Amino acid sequence: MALDKELIKQLRKQKEKHPMPEQEPKERIKNFNEVPYGYDAETAVKEAARCLQCKEAKCVEGCPVEVDIPAFIKLITEEKFDEGIKKIKEKNNLPAVCGRVCPQENQCESFCVRGKKGQPVAIGRLERFLADYEMAKGIEVPVKPAPTGKRVAIVGSGPAGLTAAGDLARMGHEVVLFEAFHATGGVLRYGIPEFRLPKEKVLQREVDYIASLGVNIKTNVVIGKTITVDELFEEGFHAVFVGTGAGLPQFQGIPGENLNGVYSANEFLTRTNLMKAYLFPDWDTPIKVGRKVAVVGAGNVAMDSARTALRLGAEEVHIVYRRSDKEMPARAEEIEHAKEEGVIFNLLTNPVRIIGDENGWVKGMECIRMELGEPDESGRARPIPIKGSEFMFDVDTVVIAIGNSPNPLIPQTTSGLELGRKGTIKADEDGATSRKGVYAGGDIVTGAATVILAMGAGKKAARAIDRYLQTLP
Amino acid sequence: MFKIVTKKVLSEVNKLMEIEAPLVARKAKPGQFIILRVRENGERIPLTIADSNKERGTITIIFQEIGKTTKQLGTLEAGDYLSDFVGPLGKPMELPSTPGRVIAVGGGVGIAPIYPKVKAFHEAGMEVISIIGARTADLLILEDEMRAVSKELHICTDDGTKGHHGFVSDILQTMLDDKSKKIDEIIAVGPLPMMRVVANQTRPYGVKTLVSLNPIMVDGTGMCGCCRVSVGGETKFSCVDGPVFDAHQVDFEELTRRSRTYLSEEKTALEKFEHECRCGGGN
Repeated sequence: MALDKELIKQLRKQKEKHPMPEQEPKERIKNFNEVPYGYDAETAVKEAARCLQCKEAKCVEGCPVEVDIPAFIKLITEEKFDEGIKKIKEKNNLPAVCGRVCPQENQCESFCVRGKKGQPVAIGRLERFLADYEMAKGIEVPVKPAPTGKRVAIVGSGPAGLTAAGDLARMGHEVVLFEAFHATGGVLRYGIPEFRLPKEKVLQREVDYIASLGVNIKTNVVIGKTITVDELFEEGFHAVFVGTGAGLPQFQGIPGENLNGVYSANEFLTRTNLMKAYLFPDWDTPIKVGRKVAVVGAGNVAMDSARTALRLGAEEVHIVYRRSDKEMPARAEEIEHAKEEGVIFNLLTNPVRIIGDENGWVKGMECIRMELGEPDESGRARPIPIKGSEFMFDVDTVVIAIGNSPNPLIPQTTSGLELGRKGTIKADEDGATSRKGVYAGGDIVTGAATVILAMGAGKKAARAIDRYLQTLP
Repeated sequence: MFKIVTKKVLSEVNKLMEIEAPLVARKAKPGQFIILRVRENGERIPLTIADSNKERGTITIIFQEIGKTTKQLGTLEAGDYLSDFVGPLGKPMELPSTPGRVIAVGGGVGIAPIYPKVKAFHEAGMEVISIIGARTADLLILEDEMRAVSKELHICTDDGTKGHHGFVSDILQTMLDDKSKKIDEIIAVGPLPMMRVVANQTRPYGVKTLVSLNPIMVDGTGMCGCCRVSVGGETKFSCVDGPVFDAHQVDFEELTRRSRTYLSEEKTALEKFEHECRCGGGN
């Protein structure tokens, strides 16, 4: 199916990305199946041909895990898919995840010159294409390097931990990855819904790949409780990487937040994704979703919660957000998907209190209209309540998705760790903390951010840990 | 997978299991709990650590068969395995710094979680007066174990089949009224109504009273906030801030209401399980 020169010329002028087919909104809100189907080979080759193969490719600068983007895209145009995925995996251990959940529009694709006049090359979709191609075929495991005799413990099996673990194993170190839950993946497992990141078909296979690199995965171990970081060193680990994420849900502190029918987004999503409450009673964990759901917040987690609520059978799902559409932190694609599915956006609106019925179940939420003032310390316009604009919102389920704080377990139980503001662990560019041999990366250092930034931090830390291990006798 | 090393039937509905979990056993302290899943598609349920043995590498759990998960757990035998078992979670109970006189009140299956606390008090040289109660004599558990670590053991049954015919609060009241003997601390573990009664009963006397809560949980590490409880007007997460709290500060009404969130789903799950058992299709 090699493209002729004329077609390549045409494609290099084509302003738009090739669309990715996806489930119709009306259908997909009735199931938890993945929404986009992914490119087929023909579309992938055509989309890849839109890439101008810049000599100094800016897109790579936008990739926290430093994937050689033009090189893998070139291999797609040559239909060398096996080599293409190998090229990606030189840098990225989780391409099927990244191709799905990375905010490419703020990363690689934001640097693409094609984006100046039209849309950038669909780098994310191409990455996903290669990853899915390999999964369909069977994942190849690279040859294991000679063991270095050094042992590294990784705490947390989310994106930062999986990346660090994979990289360190490929450097020949003995790696043990500890996970508190019964299943690996961290936020990829409990937070991101099945319809954005299939758990068995995609996530589990990426984790299996990490294990096949030689990483020893131990679930059901809460570092800080079952074993402390101090004890890991006593047991002979030479270095520890902490990637425990931002797993502490924030509440607004308004009256009524403990009523029945009020969930933190973490609980709402964990019940659904990790515990598969959407399969109740075949799976044991239940979830209760009423007729009318309000999700407070407008980040990716809020969009995930809103779209999950629809699939769990809610008749009406609302986003309630105190700023305007310009400030919504969610990815454009997630907002678009939510709107297509019928999620209603109530902007410049803030909850004041949640009201319960005589049995203590949510029956409404009082909100107040907001207007935007001068920018605050976050750089975004400060929302100011409009006096007297309170009104009653008729809802029976409320999901609070206003953010997560760093998980305090490790900071509380590890000696010699300097902490940052809001309970983060202080670490330098390379992830080195104030304690020798302890590295950290991802949301536990930055506060809640993205999967790819956590992966980038895991990658840098792995390199730094490798350098550190070489200084040891 | 976690092996069930021993199983003991304590009463028709109360069962004891010793689980092989050496890492948890090495760390377990009185007041802490574990979370387990019986099977791959199971829910995560918290259970108080009733006892632990570092040498054997085991944790003892005691549970009352109430819902699907506990009934399913009860069908397993020594030699069988649990899918998941994680801990120790929660804060260990704090022991008073000076020796004194403690009253421990355990109701129903609450006797199991109170036992390790009484044992710890006893080993710390405290004088422990224990009051344990159940609906009927057959449901009384750990009587001998409790006796071994208590200076006095009082037994109550609702139907009078053993000990005092009445509630644990009756015996507690006589002790509160006995001004000749100072009470340094009271700890009560049992069904929510019992703990609420005890909290209200001791409040006017100003005696420090602790309860160990068992709200609905998912992760047990502070991640989801499902187990939130109002204590002194502040929201606490029972899994990481507790499970032991000052009884006089706990909002029992809210806690009782929250514990009923999934009543209808619990019924559905149980009916499905019992149907499958009868048809031989379950596991």
